[in-house]
Amino acid sequence: MYRRVSILMRKHFVSVLVLCVGMIASFSARAAGDPTKGKALFQQNCASCHNVHKQLTGPALQGVEERWSDKKLLHQWIHNSASVLASGDAYANTLFNQFNKTSMTPFPNLTDGDIDDILSWIAQESKNTPTDAKTTGTTTTTSGGEEEGGNGLLFGIITLILAVVALILMQINSNLNKLASEKEGVATPEPVPFYKNKAYIALVIVLLFIVGGYFTINGAIGLGRQKDYMPQQPIFYSHKVHAGINQINCLYCHAGAEKSKHAMIPSENICMNCHKVISDYSGPQLFTAEGKKVNGSAEIQKLYDHVGWDKTAKEYTKPGTPIEWTRIHNLPDHVYFNHSQHVVAGKQQCQTCHGAITEMDEVHQFADLSMGWCINCHRTTKVQFADNKYYSIFEKFHEQVKEGKIDSVTVEMVGGTECQKCHY
Amino acid sequence: MEQKKYWKGLEELHNTKEHQETVNNEFREDLPFEENESLLNATTPRRDFLKYLGFTTAAATIAASCETPIRKAIPYVNKPEEITPGVPNYYASTYAVDGEFVPLVVKTREGRPIKLDGNDLSSVTGGASSARVQGAVLGLYDAARLRYPTINGTETTWAELDKQVGAALSAVGSSPVVLLTSTIISPSTKKVIAGFQTKYPGFRHVTYDAVSYSGLLLANEASYGKRALPAYHFENAKVIVSLGADFLGTWINPTEYSKQYGVNRKIDEKKPEMSKHFHFESMMSLTGANADERYTHKPSETGAVALALLNALGGAVSAPAIADKRLAAGIQKAAQALKAGQGKALVVSGSNDVNVQIVVNAINNLIGANGTTIDWASTVGYRQGIDGDMVQLVKDLNAGSVGAIMVYGVNPAYDYYDAKAFAEGIKKAKLSVTFNDRKDETSELCKYAAPAHHFLESWGDAEARTGYYSFIQPTIAPLFKTRAFETTLLTWSGSTTTWEDFLKNEWLTQLGGQEAWDKVLQDGVVEPATAPALGGATFSGDVNSAAAKINSAKKGGKLELVLYEKIAIGNGKEANNPWLQEMPDPITRSTWDNYAVISNTLAKTFDMQLGDDYEINADKKVLKIKTNGKEISLPLLILPGIHPEVIAIAVGYGRNMNAGKAAGGVGKNAYPLVSFNGQTFDYFATEATAEATGEKYDLGVTQTHNSYEGRPIVKETTLEEFIKNPKEVNEDREELKQYGPDFRKDGTLYPDVHHYPGIKWGMSIDLNTCFGCGACTIACQAENNVAVVGKEQVVKAHEMHWIRIDRYFSGDENNPEVVFQPMLCQHCDNAPCENVCPVAATNHSSEGLNQMAYNRCIGTRYCANNCPFKVRRFNWRDFNGADSFEDNLYDVGGMNDSLTRMVLNPDVVVRSRGVMEKCSFCVQRLQDAKLTAKKAGRPMKDGEAKTACQTACSAGAIVFGNVNDKESRISKIRNEEQTNRMYYVLEELHVLPSINYLAKIRNKDAEPKAEGNHEEHHEAAAKHEA
Repeated sequence: MYRRVSILMRKHFVSVLVLCVGMIASFSARAAGDPTKGKALFQQNCASCHNVHKQLTGPALQGVEERWSDKKLLHQWIHNSASVLASGDAYANTLFNQFNKTSMTPFPNLTDGDIDDILSWIAQESKNTPTDAKTTGTTTTTSGGEEEGGNGLLFGIITLILAVVALILMQINSNLNKLASEKEGVATPEPVPFYKNKAYIALVIVLLFIVGGYFTINGAIGLGRQKDYMPQQPIFYSHKVHAGINQINCLYCHAGAEKSKHAMIPSENICMNCHKVISDYSGPQLFTAEGKKVNGSAEIQKLYDHVGWDKTAKEYTKPGTPIEWTRIHNLPDHVYFNHSQHVVAGKQQCQTCHGAITEMDEVHQFADLSMGWCINCHRTTKVQFADNKYYSIFEKFHEQVKEGKIDSVTVEMVGGTECQKCHY
Repeated sequence: MEQKKYWKGLEELHNTKEHQETVNNEFREDLPFEENESLLNATTPRRDFLKYLGFTTAAATIAASCETPIRKAIPYVNKPEEITPGVPNYYASTYAVDGEFVPLVVKTREGRPIKLDGNDLSSVTGGASSARVQGAVLGLYDAARLRYPTINGTETTWAELDKQVGAALSAVGSSPVVLLTSTIISPSTKKVIAGFQTKYPGFRHVTYDAVSYSGLLLANEASYGKRALPAYHFENAKVIVSLGADFLGTWINPTEYSKQYGVNRKIDEKKPEMSKHFHFESMMSLTGANADERYTHKPSETGAVALALLNALGGAVSAPAIADKRLAAGIQKAAQALKAGQGKALVVSGSNDVNVQIVVNAINNLIGANGTTIDWASTVGYRQGIDGDMVQLVKDLNAGSVGAIMVYGVNPAYDYYDAKAFAEGIKKAKLSVTFNDRKDETSELCKYAAPAHHFLESWGDAEARTGYYSFIQPTIAPLFKTRAFETTLLTWSGSTTTWEDFLKNEWLTQLGGQEAWDKVLQDGVVEPATAPALGGATFSGDVNSAAAKINSAKKGGKLELVLYEKIAIGNGKEANNPWLQEMPDPITRSTWDNYAVISNTLAKTFDMQLGDDYEINADKKVLKIKTNGKEISLPLLILPGIHPEVIAIAVGYGRNMNAGKAAGGVGKNAYPLVSFNGQTFDYFATEATAEATGEKYDLGVTQTHNSYEGRPIVKETTLEEFIKNPKEVNEDREELKQYGPDFRKDGTLYPDVHHYPGIKWGMSIDLNTCFGCGACTIACQAENNVAVVGKEQVVKAHEMHWIRIDRYFSGDENNPEVVFQPMLCQHCDNAPCENVCPVAATNHSSEGLNQMAYNRCIGTRYCANNCPFKVRRFNWRDFNGADSFEDNLYDVGGMNDSLTRMVLNPDVVVRSRGVMEKCSFCVQRLQDAKLTAKKAGRPMKDGEAKTACQTACSAGAIVFGNVNDKESRISKIRNEEQTNRMYYVLEELHVLPSINYLAKIRNKDAEPKAEGNHEEHHEAAAKHEA
């Protein structure tokens, strides 16, 4: 019996070995977690209170796994910190007291796997030095635009040279004509100076009309558009610091983007969720667009002045007043735009319309928000045709996809460029 | 089928020359509309023109290149969890004004109510609403509301007011304190009043309804020993006889009755049956217009008609002879139907005379209505005012025996028949307090004003029937320094409890806990788990003495007068509502005024040409009407169908300027023409004289705007014929088959360019259940920010309503039948308007919507010219303040102050001058419904997208949905359920409308075929085809 098994074992040794190794590998990978998934989860759930490298509302998470004696306990802590505190764990209670007895939000929805993913990302991120965050993801401007500009310049120069050559040739031609006529004894009329030449004048007028018209029309189209509009705000609020360096999820503050037509500028109580604890700015030096230095802590104080928070006493002492932000993205009244439509149904990234917001200290309007810009996107963007059951009623398109006539359905095909999708 | 001739007005019936001229012009006025002659005569030389052109271009360029304004975005300091900007919240509430009962759902946006709709959870009204209920949201933002408490007209604080009134109340001594209110249906408010009573022993609570039902209350007391109104169940009645009760429009609680009445007016094609409705009245009411058979009589004959009906049913009473043969035959017919419908029949009367109502009670007793269509087990609390009490109060006031009078929600200085006596009397009271919401006629006379909240700012409850409650909760923080009426009373009775706590405690003990209370506020209603059985009652009225009194009543004179309430304005309490003022009356199609309604026959005696240019021109002759020593001068308005010897005048007009910008000075007050017969108020006069004054007065009548030039657009048949030959009503559709089996494809040379890959919206309107009440018009106005234009513009046919209800007469000029047809943009698939727009501002969507892009529109008005349905409305002026230049604003109703603008729906843009607009099928709602489904990743459900008109319709005449969905209601109606009645308007034009109508069916005897008419019609048709 034993022999038969061992023979079998020997026979299949290689395959069994491969299988075992594979299993272990997959298991260890599972245990270690997936850092990319972890990053997304971290940003969604944790970033509003935690940073890997420094202390925010909650402690810095670098080396969090080493600090906890038992990984299970850590999981339990994340699921529901109150239960760990109740169990009387020493480390948990010190931590709780250290953070002014602010209890951590429970996350019963996160599975153990999710938490492992997050921890693995934290572990990975811990190896990076904090300054790395600044350099990661710097603008990679496409050089295509510049190349095009270079070509344009080249063509312009060539056109200019050719025009000059043509002019010279014309001049030579007319001189030669004149000489030839003289030679033949034909009387030539007194040459008209070029500024009195009616043909030239007409040409210049036509040219002026075309060029002037071009600029006038372009100017008129641009009226009321505010691309690159970057007003000064009452508080120097840096999206780069919040969404970039500290990686707070956009939707944490702009919660309306998922629910409403308005993305919503967060109410001050949202700011205070974190800024009850963070009263000093310790990140990289901030500069205004003009290059003036900005004192981050003083800007946080401005928030406190608005909400009436006393940072030493750590309590609200005065009634709050709202902050009057200057609105950057303005659509005309006759345009209906719905954030939730684009974010939830369309699964668009904020950056598609708002640009590299995580790198903007001061926000400017990234897109020109013109109708042409909207329409162009609607023409090329694909809807979640297969995934979203809403589109199941478009039977014709489903058939065409099945038959391979079309590979995807754009917003335009489901009526996304019609007037009354945005104007009513 | 033989086609009836339908006409909107007499001029159309007679097809006068002037009428022909007007219908040829879509826009009847010549441009420009300047009143100023000098400007018209001014000449502009070419050079000047060029100079101006140059200057304006340059100025516009400079103006446009100025810096764009800086806009602020101001978030909350601490955002309430339930509010998400841009997402509406809904709260349950109740419209319980003047003893009406309509449970509501209030839509709020960013904390302000913008739309009211009926609450589906209520089994009493079943989600129904009316024009007045729909319009009530505007009352919240009424600029004429009192904004703070006052003493002698100067602002004061509540503390000061409490101090002074408290002192005055204790100084009153033994003379009684009187609280004068309209009907209160709130049990908790009644408890507060009872609490107040214990503090002041001489206290008296007088209930006074401007238009009262005392006759009915007293008759019920005499007949059944209960001074109460029973719950009517029109849904159980197969035969309904109404003796002048406008139960679909104004009688007791019309929303409830419309819902019930609608149940038996729907037609199931497989088993066609419907209720039969007889109507006897003097004026033509909305309910009368919907009746299957309608008869007219003079107001002095009201009792005689009731007696004759009782007599015909076998009641042993002596009935006076009815001279009018048609009327007498009608009574016999009604009696037969009632007999046949024993136990499933109902007779109601709008009379305020006790004796008439006793006779009606006797009839109901005979036909077995008690316990089947009339429920005495759970009586209703609506309309409890007793006229005699009010008259006594005015006597006491004048005798100086009243110590203090407190007025809440009533305005006797305006609507009491002897307002002068009341005004004199109130001055004699030691203390006078008003809780009214504005400085109206009565408040002006009171020393102290303690303005109460609007109902949308208040807490409260309301009891419809025994055990059926609906609740009121604040949907907005009080806009002004007002205080709940109940809180004020509680304070003055020495309690420190607020009304909110009082109400909550009351209900916490009744319901047994916070959770139940929360649920109640969420649902809005509390009802018995199982509906209690209907209860009967034993009739013990003295019919013979009632009959004797009726028989001895004074006979009428040559002309008689009847007073009525208009659907939109009602008793005039909410008259300062520009939406309601501008809503065309369903019957007369007139706006912004009251007038003397007379028949064409009577008009002839005032030297009016029969149906001539008269109805086309706005200026109407003014009549001076005298009765009971009172006189009133009003423009006359000819209405086919009113009794030829009757003049009808609407009450609710002629408010003073303090009532507000919209109501102030509009029309004349007809309440002084009411008289007191010793027991109840008479809203008629049996002797009146009228003479033409020679003056003329403009009326904004919309009835002949938008003519179809006689094209057949309504279809109707009788029940009998429909059962016999269901196909007949639509037989002209068969003619379309000559083009091929599929008219859509075969009726044209061109290929169908539009495709509807996903959704194709469609609407079905049932002409049988459209009663013409106008709720949809106001709902649409509220939902879509439709402008109010004012009377002057209505006269010029510039009204803006996106949905209008066309009223057609047919048949005999003196006893016409009426059909109502809601008309709105038909969203044609082959739309004539789309082809003619030079800038493609109106075009077709892939969901079948005829889209209108306002910002692209340059105002050529070609589209309106080319629209066969006349549904496009042009903004002749800047009605909304949408223009850049403030001076262009044209605001007659007071719709544009910052307070009133809060009612605007933020999802719909306001249109500027020079732009065409029309029904959009509430595209904002469709988009919202689609988005909700998309976000949830599921297909859209049928009924998820509802238009405003559909939601407002109490009888459910409007069905809307996706035609591509084979399972949707609309598809079922078109393809399975109503194939015989379903038709499209002007289908032969091949414009392919997205709205279908269901032909009207009248439950009357089939008419004998008139051969002559038949030929005439064919001739007309032949001419038309040529």
